[in-house]
Amino acid sequence: MAALVVRLSCLGKRWVLACIDGGSRHGRGAAIGLTSRRKRGQSSVAQQPLIAVQKSRKGEREWAAVVGLEIHAQISSNSKLFSGSQVHFAAPPNSLVSFFDASLPGTLPVLNRRCVEAAVMTGLALNCRINKKSLFDRKHYFYADLPAGYQITQQRLPIAVNGCLAYSVSVGKKPSQVSTRTVRIKQIQLEQDSGKSLHDEPRSQTLIDLNRAGVGLLEVVLEPDMSCGEEAASAVRELQLILQALGTSQANMAEGQLRVDANISVHHPGEPLGVRTEVKNLNSARFLAKAIDFEIKRQIHELENGRKILNETRSFDDKLGCTMPMRDKEGKQDYRFMPEPNLPPLLLYDTASLPPGADPQQVINIDWIRERLPELPGKTREKLIQQYGMLPEHSFTLLNEVGLLEFFQNVIKETRAEPKKVTSWVLNIFLGFLKQQNLAVNESPVTPSALAELLNLLDRKAISSSAARQVFEELWRSKGKTPSQIVSEKKLELMQDQEALERVCHTVMEGHPQVGVEGRRKAMHFSAC
Amino acid sequence: MLGRTLREVSTALKQGHITPTELCQKCLSLIKKTKFLNAYITVSEEVALKQAEESEKRYKKGHSLGDLDGIPVAVKDNFSTSSIETTCASNMLKGYVPPYNATVVQKLLDKGAVLMGKTNLDEFAMGSGSTDGVFGPVKNPWSYSKQYREKRKQKAHGENEDSNWLITGGSSGGSAAAVAAFTCFAALGSDTGGSTRNPAAHCGVVGFKPSYGLVSRHGLIPLVNSMDVPGILTRCVDDAAIVLGMLAGHDPKDSTTIQDPVKPFTLPTFADVNKLCIGIPKEYLAPELSSEVRSFWSKAANLFESEGAKVIEVSLPHTSYSIVCYHVLCTSEVASNMARFDGLEYGHRCDINVSTEAMYAATRREGFNDVVRGRILSGNFFLLKENYENYFIKAQKVRRLIANDFVNVFNSGVDVLLTPTTLSEAVPYLEFIKEDNRTRSAQDDIFTQAVNMAGLPAVSVPVALSNQGLPIGLQFIGRAFCDQQLLKIAKWFEKQVQFPVIQLQELMDDCSSDFEIEKLSSVSLKQ
Repeated sequence: MAALVVRLSCLGKRWVLACIDGGSRHGRGAAIGLTSRRKRGQSSVAQQPLIAVQKSRKGEREWAAVVGLEIHAQISSNSKLFSGSQVHFAAPPNSLVSFFDASLPGTLPVLNRRCVEAAVMTGLALNCRINKKSLFDRKHYFYADLPAGYQITQQRLPIAVNGCLAYSVSVGKKPSQVSTRTVRIKQIQLEQDSGKSLHDEPRSQTLIDLNRAGVGLLEVVLEPDMSCGEEAASAVRELQLILQALGTSQANMAEGQLRVDANISVHHPGEPLGVRTEVKNLNSARFLAKAIDFEIKRQIHELENGRKILNETRSFDDKLGCTMPMRDKEGKQDYRFMPEPNLPPLLLYDTASLPPGADPQQVINIDWIRERLPELPGKTREKLIQQYGMLPEHSFTLLNEVGLLEFFQNVIKETRAEPKKVTSWVLNIFLGFLKQQNLAVNESPVTPSALAELLNLLDRKAISSSAARQVFEELWRSKGKTPSQIVSEKKLELMQDQEALERVCHTVMEGHPQVGVEGRRKAMHFSAC
Repeated sequence: MLGRTLREVSTALKQGHITPTELCQKCLSLIKKTKFLNAYITVSEEVALKQAEESEKRYKKGHSLGDLDGIPVAVKDNFSTSSIETTCASNMLKGYVPPYNATVVQKLLDKGAVLMGKTNLDEFAMGSGSTDGVFGPVKNPWSYSKQYREKRKQKAHGENEDSNWLITGGSSGGSAAAVAAFTCFAALGSDTGGSTRNPAAHCGVVGFKPSYGLVSRHGLIPLVNSMDVPGILTRCVDDAAIVLGMLAGHDPKDSTTIQDPVKPFTLPTFADVNKLCIGIPKEYLAPELSSEVRSFWSKAANLFESEGAKVIEVSLPHTSYSIVCYHVLCTSEVASNMARFDGLEYGHRCDINVSTEAMYAATRREGFNDVVRGRILSGNFFLLKENYENYFIKAQKVRRLIANDFVNVFNSGVDVLLTPTTLSEAVPYLEFIKEDNRTRSAQDDIFTQAVNMAGLPAVSVPVALSNQGLPIGLQFIGRAFCDQQLLKIAKWFEKQVQFPVIQLQELMDDCSSDFEIEKLSSVSLKQ
């Protein structure tokens, strides 16, 4: 059976997962993967799949994996999509429930303007076409945490379509080998979140919390342009950064503000796509990648052993590291979609189509939103690379860690040290310390000013590199001290007095004549630091 | 006093001839005397007396809230009323007390109206007889009228009169009966396929269905969201206009209401009939139409013509597809709207708790009657992926064609359409239940439901009594959002026909002093 080598390399808290084909990385496999995509007529951007093809036993045919994603991002908004209830994480159960959220008969949905604007912003940031007219539909299914018996969504005509998302994955053994890929975005739709069911097994009861019921979601549908867990996870990570930069979602996976379902299939390159399975409710990027890679491996294994892949919904068990079929008693659901009759079509305008004399409170101008889009992560990274001569992979790391970029920029502001030096210190030493103690940037005992001061000392050669490291360790341990204080307390200053230095050198050389030559070089090096 | 119109009694209140409390008490006592009509599901006596008292204080201070202050009104039991049970005549909602008022209810209360109670209907407004609710059928007050009884005596051969009472039509039969029996001066109904106009025609009152979007649906427990409108039942067109003036306008809680502000209005007493063009849709000359109704219809057309109006035959070519189309769209939305009744958040919940699914199934089986369950079943069938295109989408296309039929006719210069409201006068209950609900609804909505699919305003105006001494109504259909013009024409027509007042003295001997009923005046359209 084909060996799927999974390499897990840590970049701080973030991780990169690469599936490595036993044989050629740049060889035939990748090319075939590409061909098969073109055949599907879907790939708009020429891209090398990371490793789309699995070579199986000698002489046997290869496999290509196809991965698509459905991502639900909770819209960051004070109130819900169709009601005035507040939105808070971890509020007391059923404390944020309006009559509409509880589906009291006779209540009607009223669309939240903020949610529409968030969808437009996200659509624009993801290069989508914004539909000036979009529609709402009802999707029916009976579930205890879905009070109305249907979810209001945008099935027929969503608010944004045909976008794309560029993301990067590491392709080689070195982190510097980064490759940019693009995944097409089929659509972004506005929809309601459901409530939460809490199953009390011992008492065989289900408790319902409707606080989340009706919270606005952006469903972002990514086309099956990905071929492994790392690609999917990297795409999700990039989307997360974009949503956070826009402020349209906090996109915190641990708090369920970003939830991912993955559609996965495998096939022989050049042949039709295989039967796909859906892995639901992946709530961390790491599990997403693990689940996808497991599922690819599982499907190949099944097929190679003459079994079939069932079109089914599976869940990922993070403890066992495998996917399992979800119990779905009723088999395939027919959602009996129907237009939502209580919401007129959602009309958006641009400056050209804005009706004269329209009340700005009643209309949404796409151009107005476009003009006010904040800087996106891609642009930020580009600027970092240009402005500071930073390596691309460093720009990624800076953005990936919450608060790290801001920390970096604050250090830059206050130090005379070269940006490259700052980058190196922030990414290697500072981040390393954070990781070691599992801290977030805002929990760091070292402030940007302190690091800036330390780098200034280093820059004007007041201390040596190794002394700087010592100072940093001390800064980390004893909050409140400045680098200068530590330097003088520990007597870490470099000797600036030429004569004194020469005296020391002479003493050393005289004491160790046999290593004289070697020692001179070291001493020279020492003073040059 | 009770026999007066809303406008008349409003004047009496303002002039101090009667106080709101006296008026309220008279209505309450009449409600008790007519309890056998089964018009009310809940009589909100305490609330009503309290509201009347407050109204009285306002009048004393000279701070009346306007024409509706102190006026007893009734509301169909599918409008949410805060702290008053709202049942939809269903086991599913027995005991359900909404925590909020429907917008229309709130507007009535804000204008000082006195809420007498919640009126009976077919379960979830699904029916055309007001016979299929869990609280039993509503009896048509005309069954007990002098006019009807006299006619029956001539024919009756020892039949048991009590078993021959007539249906009110529906589904707002309780509201129609409440207004017809003088227990209130105006009532809210709902109209999805004719549910306000049909019982209005059978009970000899005015039944007005406003344009879709003119009046808020917030708080109206839906049947078909895209067709439902709150309806108004009154004893004359003027009264309907007063109530409409209080209810119309944008509601931020109902996104389908119009944005433009609606100004209150009063109807002029005179319409320039000679400038009007009245359309008579030829497709409405159905074979099942009773000869009497047909004859009144043509007399009405002649009346307009004789007063100088242009009366022309017009065509609404897609009329014959209308009922089937209505059936598909109605049941589909019903299937969706009824999904929320699962016993979890409110309403009935069964005792079975082996699983959530079993609980749902038993709750819904116990909570809904056969009619509701039948519509849910067909609606879900039409919405299935494999059927959606063939049924729902097609029905939507036909709906568009039907709406366009009206647009075309109005664009050709027609001001209003004149049609029958129902095929015949009200039938006895025993006759009515020989056919099932579905057949009855299909027959009885024939002239009314197309209007709902097109979102147009329409009003049923009582015209005359049939040979049996029962009311017959005719329907006027207007252009979308030309509700005022429609009512103006209806008012002129009402004045010409002088429909007789129901004579219930025998029934309510001891209340007869409350009635100041003119003698049956000459009816210009009498056969």
